[in-house]
Amino acid sequence: MTVKIIVCVKTNMDLQMVRIKNREPVLEAIPYKVGDLEKNALEAAIQIKEGGADATIVALTVAEANGKVKETMKEALAMGADEAVIVSDPALAATDQAAVAAAVAKAVEKVGGADLLLFGEGSTDNYSGQVGSRVAELLGVPQIGYARKISLSDAGVRVERSMDDMIETLEAPCPAAVTVVSEINEPRIPSLMNIMKAGKKPTAEFTLADLGLDAAAAATQKSVLSNLAEEQDRKHIMIEGDPEAQAAGLVDALIKEGVLGR
Amino acid sequence: MAVILVYSDKPEVARELAFKGKEFAAALGLGLAAAALGEGAAGRAADLGAHGADTIYVSEDAALAGLQADVVADALAQIATQAAAAYVLIGSTRRGKELAGRLAQKLGAGAVSDVNSLVLTDGQLVGGRYALGGNTVAEERIDTAVKVFAVMPKTFEVGEPQAGAGAVETPALSLTPSKVSVVDRRAKEGQAVNLDAAPLIIGVGRGFPKREDLAVADGLAAALQAEVGCTKSIADFEWLPEDRIIGLSGAKTKPDLYLALGISGQIQHTVGVSQSKLIAAINTDKDAPIFQLADYGIVGDMFQVIPKLVEKLKSL
Repeated sequence: MTVKIIVCVKTNMDLQMVRIKNREPVLEAIPYKVGDLEKNALEAAIQIKEGGADATIVALTVAEANGKVKETMKEALAMGADEAVIVSDPALAATDQAAVAAAVAKAVEKVGGADLLLFGEGSTDNYSGQVGSRVAELLGVPQIGYARKISLSDAGVRVERSMDDMIETLEAPCPAAVTVVSEINEPRIPSLMNIMKAGKKPTAEFTLADLGLDAAAAATQKSVLSNLAEEQDRKHIMIEGDPEAQAAGLVDALIKEGVLGR
Repeated sequence: MAVILVYSDKPEVARELAFKGKEFAAALGLGLAAAALGEGAAGRAADLGAHGADTIYVSEDAALAGLQADVVADALAQIATQAAAAYVLIGSTRRGKELAGRLAQKLGAGAVSDVNSLVLTDGQLVGGRYALGGNTVAEERIDTAVKVFAVMPKTFEVGEPQAGAGAVETPALSLTPSKVSVVDRRAKEGQAVNLDAAPLIIGVGRGFPKREDLAVADGLAAALQAEVGCTKSIADFEWLPEDRIIGLSGAKTKPDLYLALGISGQIQHTVGVSQSKLIAAINTDKDAPIFQLADYGIVGDMFQVIPKLVEKLKSL
């Protein structure tokens, strides 16, 4: 069975490095990386390939504000994607999910479509979970969200997925769009050898114009009115002493606060 | 009259959206419509009417069986168009969130998902949600003609039902069955926990070196009569089921007390507890970010402190 899997990747700022100053996020000079759930999606694709499918894995991204996207995407190639596709355009620097989905859908068509489109269930930074669904609608393909097991057969894709209160097993014919949850697998850490090889793998780059889209297609449909850290008013009382004294101190504090002994 | 249209696959969430939606609709000079879809939908109509819906669009079309996102999106898009919806509010459950993007795309609408506050500002609804991995809260306005907000369950309180149910309509829908078919469905195990409603929660994190060590936390939970939640990594190890996850990808809790054990305090976790009335933390690392968020902090070895805590709690 020959299959083409396109893994749609968002690269996002390393959120561990975001600092807050006067409630404002300080975002200068923060490196980008492949999103956490997208690594799960890549790993899922690689495991399908390693499971015996004659699969080609394409890692596709829309650069958005990542000026070093080609460098970031080497991580996806080092993990095991066969090629990378990057949509990069100045108009995409400030955009939203609808515009990203439009670019993804056009890029998928540009590279000849796919049997399976994989996404993370949400991005590490914004977690909106919209792009996979929007792309599925744009391409007119069935979608299955929250996959924790994926298998491919001639009949299509079979997915076990984790919903709020139930586990569902679903099937859909290919092409289909599937989003994954983190428990699907443990993404591999690329070996040094594979990191070296990644630079030699093919990377195609497209602008919006290459995809038949104009700058208006990248316009955002939303306005962010504010984006500030939550205010926290906490007591910051450290309870000192040996474990016995610390335990006693905490119990006393909880009684005083009315949490215990009600 | 244009309307606010509300929908959720979960009846209790649909009720929350209808009740609050009615207030927004009145302020905006709009009507309030609700959609009830799929098997048993007709039976849920009266409840939506009693909670504020002027009109309830009911469809039990066979194509809606299984509530697949593509067909539900199609049905809601048709209802939104027939009802002249200015806003569509859906429950940000897993099904709802999956639906939001597809529905918005069909309607040419902007969408904001995982909204945990929705307020009226300058004649428009503005949704608040966590952004930048939980580092910030973004207040977002949608600028398209139709606006889709997926609102987290329990964002709104539900008031008493009122007599005088809304009008039930059976819309003419043109639906095609989904290409997705259901092979199997089973209830999740270990669903007994409801962290959203728990007054006392103990959180466990990577400070527990092995699964067996969690017994120490269970002992403290028993003594405190608290529920146990965890960081995502603990569930990734399968030491606890995923419905115990607290944080960006799990429960957003508001307990009277959150006691963090061996939790460093990464933002992806702490967004799920930042609304707690009181936060206490035990960690070996005095520089752990969790102490920035704590009312009471203990720097020390929890395996020494917890047995003492249990002892003292039992003697109360």
